[in-house]
Amino acid sequence: MRLPFASSRLPARETFADRESLLAKVMLAPAIAYVVVLVGIPFVLAILLSFSNASAGSLSFDWVGLANYSVILGDPTFLKALLNTAVITVAVQVLVVILATAAALTFREVFVGKKVGRFLILLPWAVPITLAVMAWTWIFDSTFSVVNWSLKVSGLMHGWLYWLGDPTLGLISIIIVQVWRLFPFATVIVLAGMTSIPQDVVEASIIDGAGFWRRLFQIELPFLLPVVTVAVLFGVVYTATNLSVVYLLTGGGPADSTHVLATLAFQRGIEGADLGQGAAIALFLLPFLLIVAVGMLRVARRSEVGGG
Amino acid sequence: MAAVEIRDLHKHFEDQRAVDGVDLSVDDGEFVVLLGPSGCGKTTLLRTIAGLEDPTSGEIRLGGQVLDKDVPPRARKIAMVFQSYALYPHRTVYENIAFPLRAVHMDDESIEEKVRWATGLFDIERYLDRYPRHLSGGERQRVALCRAVVREPRAFLLDEPLSNLDAKQRTTARDELKRFQNEIGITTVYVTHDQVEAMGLGDRIAVMESGKVRQFGTPHEIYEHPADTFVATFVGLPPMNLMERADGLSREGKLAGFRPEHFLPREAFPEGEDLRELRYHVRRVEYLGSERYLYGRLEGHEEERDNPVLARLPATLRVEIEGGRSYDFGLRADQIRYFDRETGRKVGSADGGTAE
Repeated sequence: MRLPFASSRLPARETFADRESLLAKVMLAPAIAYVVVLVGIPFVLAILLSFSNASAGSLSFDWVGLANYSVILGDPTFLKALLNTAVITVAVQVLVVILATAAALTFREVFVGKKVGRFLILLPWAVPITLAVMAWTWIFDSTFSVVNWSLKVSGLMHGWLYWLGDPTLGLISIIIVQVWRLFPFATVIVLAGMTSIPQDVVEASIIDGAGFWRRLFQIELPFLLPVVTVAVLFGVVYTATNLSVVYLLTGGGPADSTHVLATLAFQRGIEGADLGQGAAIALFLLPFLLIVAVGMLRVARRSEVGGG
Repeated sequence: MAAVEIRDLHKHFEDQRAVDGVDLSVDDGEFVVLLGPSGCGKTTLLRTIAGLEDPTSGEIRLGGQVLDKDVPPRARKIAMVFQSYALYPHRTVYENIAFPLRAVHMDDESIEEKVRWATGLFDIERYLDRYPRHLSGGERQRVALCRAVVREPRAFLLDEPLSNLDAKQRTTARDELKRFQNEIGITTVYVTHDQVEAMGLGDRIAVMESGKVRQFGTPHEIYEHPADTFVATFVGLPPMNLMERADGLSREGKLAGFRPEHFLPREAFPEGEDLRELRYHVRRVEYLGSERYLYGRLEGHEEERDNPVLARLPATLRVEIEGGRSYDFGLRADQIRYFDRETGRKVGSADGGTAE
């Protein structure tokens, strides 16, 4: 029997879009060119510079081996910047993970103004970093600080805090701004992770008698672990390599006490014209960041398998 | 352990009435099956009992206690087994089963004892250190049952727990489930769309359709005396034959129904029985090994699609039947059921004796 709708037409000839191997190369090419020109070449250049005595003022380029590294390792300002970088990075991640999880839990519930709230929470992410930091310098200003004013008026504080003029408060200010910058992104990631938690498993735990905290820590967070790991990984790389927030907020001051590696590298290498030392400072964290990245990716993969 | 009482329960999702006025009482220790097609509200009813859904109106009582919004799921002491089993993937079998006990802060020693007892019931002690992903479907299902019984709940809710097993495992699991329920005697509400499970497991069955309970009774009552045409055609494989008009069967304004296995060749009946004799035109014979299905129509009905009639002949009945010919068939008068043509509700049977 002949089926009424059977087509006798053969498929058309192979077109360019059918040749997937060629298509893949063509479509990947711009991305590869971009990475090579804007990331690869400067990266290789930076490694070469860190082993040289190159400076911005002359054309000399002499191999000096590890001299730049031995100089900075004996420099207390560098060691302070290294410590600051570590403290800021760790503190920011801890705070961001806690706040982002809390915010994601809140936005999972149904309440009035949820959409507006979700939009507002994403704003810090969308505001240009310079504008945002300008606003924060005003908030932390030694004379006009709104934080101080609010604390004073509400009777919580009697003295006066010099936010950006004190080494410890300066670090805290940097941490606050970095948390504020990173928190929206982490919230979005955790919210996305929450949708992947199987609903029946959560319901089973509810029926099994688990209260809010038991459910959160023993059922939901293990499911969120891979996605939180990714958020932390991004956060670590972002915070540890960030220049603009510290540079604009404290400029490394007072008395070089709040420098991080990125600002110190900028000051020594660009402003101080010692390209070799600047490169050495900037590259110092690379091995650590690589270890962090590899480690976190492994954790993420393992817990993914565990969830299957 | 406790009886479950449901009074005029409604659960509406916007304008959709998932549960639409259900009354049901499950006795202490009884095994009740909610049977119905998908979307009939059986799972919603179960979730409402568990406390995962708040009823729109109506009342649920468990052992006399009213289960309303003030009694959250964890305070109900009800256990539930999900269709997907919903095991905790990042916890070992032991920790999965221990989870409900840890939630009530039981000490480690008692937990260990309880877990051993529960795993002994289902013969899964050797998997205690494994993770759910390393278990087969049948083993996961047993872990889920273990987790449900371990804290000795007042009632046991099962949402299609066998549907992810293959046909062979399902028969074994059914037998196991029934034996275990007999042993511990916990009040059980079991949801399924599979009538074989329902008939085999239930002390009583509630047949549901569009949020309503169409009939609540023992498997025997459901099968022999269906309350309406929905129950008559939903329960039974193949379903009951329903005839609008047929010589010797019809009554004014009524549908006549009879089961395919009661409609047999004339010579299969002993002499002297109160029979309705009908001329049956067989279109096709389906040989199924243990039985034969005959597809055809009663003579006097020209179009089969309007009034198809199925007969089911056991293999022990060695009568020669071929497609395309007509035969003398018979039907015992007391096997005919009558339904109102408008409402579909059951009306008194031919012999007038079996109406409830």
